[in-house]
Amino acid sequence: MASQQHTLPPLPYAYDALEPVISKQIMELHHQKHHQTYVNNLNAALSSHVTATQANDVPSLIALQQKIKFNGGGHINHSLFWKNLTPQGTPGNDITSAAPSLGSAINSRWGSQKAFQEAFNATLLGIQGSGWGWLVSVGGPKGQLEIVTTKDQDPVASTDVPLFGVDMWEHAYYLQYLNNKAGYVQGIWSIINWAEAEKRYTAGIENPIKL
Amino acid sequence: MASILANSTRVAFRAGASASSKAGVAGLTFTRGKATLPDLSYDYGALEPSISGKIMELHHKNHHNTYVNSYNTAVEQLQEAQHKGDIAAQIALKPAINFHGGGHLNHTLFWENLAPKSAGGGEPPSGALAQAIDSTFGSLKDFQSKVNTALAGIQGSGWAWLVKDKQTGQISIRTYANQDPVVGQFEPLLGIDAWEHAYYLQYQNRKAEYFQAIWDVINWKTVEKRFQ
Repeated sequence: MASQQHTLPPLPYAYDALEPVISKQIMELHHQKHHQTYVNNLNAALSSHVTATQANDVPSLIALQQKIKFNGGGHINHSLFWKNLTPQGTPGNDITSAAPSLGSAINSRWGSQKAFQEAFNATLLGIQGSGWGWLVSVGGPKGQLEIVTTKDQDPVASTDVPLFGVDMWEHAYYLQYLNNKAGYVQGIWSIINWAEAEKRYTAGIENPIKL
Repeated sequence: MASILANSTRVAFRAGASASSKAGVAGLTFTRGKATLPDLSYDYGALEPSISGKIMELHHKNHHNTYVNSYNTAVEQLQEAQHKGDIAAQIALKPAINFHGGGHLNHTLFWENLAPKSAGGGEPPSGALAQAIDSTFGSLKDFQSKVNTALAGIQGSGWAWLVKDKQTGQISIRTYANQDPVVGQFEPLLGIDAWEHAYYLQYQNRKAEYFQAIWDVINWKTVEKRFQ
């Protein structure tokens, strides 16, 4: 049973389409190198998992769990991330028209869009080390909204729906922003894909790396 | 109240400084009870081509300095919480102290265990340390390759260290997440920073090349002193 291989999903826009917020060079490296490496390492781990399962080799299966979590998480997180971004000035960019239900849920949860963004930014800047910040809908679509962080490449809890995520690994911004991660965090709001977030909020998400 | 705070600050830092001097953090400096950014003993460009001058400058002046400032802020808040007898607030500050204090300790140790080639960087260890490395890992080359494997296996931000077990005197390779410092059972001998900011401007995703190149600027004299 040769397992089907995961592959790198194409970006839904050009590498330079998120400029000036995220440079073409960052997007190329991030997608072609970093994301690709998670995909490759996930495939390798899953293939070892098949072998270990056939051999009923439980110690090896346990040893593989962290590799699957890290690389599978990296693949899931980046797949979600590319889709929850969109170039400035595209229709998905405008929260009012693109995300009516989510927008009003945000307003009732945080008081205003601005208060939400401030809370989200503070959470992102508080991450100690590598990780992600997410807006999630708890327990499924149209659930309570929460801002959560996940460390390294941990994915969001499987019971929750990640509406959008922001990658806070240094490789996501360093070539352009250096240690000014607040500049990156500020800029990201103008490329959030609210149409995608609204879809996830109202309908949930299928397995983001479904083969 | 200001004088009470200043006093307890000095005491806290004296205790910290004497505990650390055992571990050989000669460069930790304090002004009026505040942690301060230590000077490098070499120029920013002196570690080229292993580490670019631009990386060194940002890493020292911006990243390390932020840890120093944030650590000082956290310590001030801790003292205020202690003064008020607010136990919950003191506990809540623990992650910030660990992260920023760890960042300050780790970087201070790191700068000191690096040296330009012209100042002996990369020259292999000798004496008791060389023997301990050979008997523990087989050879210096085997040791380096095991450290590089450990570095490459870090999932996220962190450090790899050669450490000495305070009870047994044995040396071993350990990795630490984020800015977790080497404290407790182990003493830090040699640290390598595997955060992306330590190499990304020069090596991007090719971190294995950075891990290879850094051996040319390791200051084994410092590591020997820490080992003794």
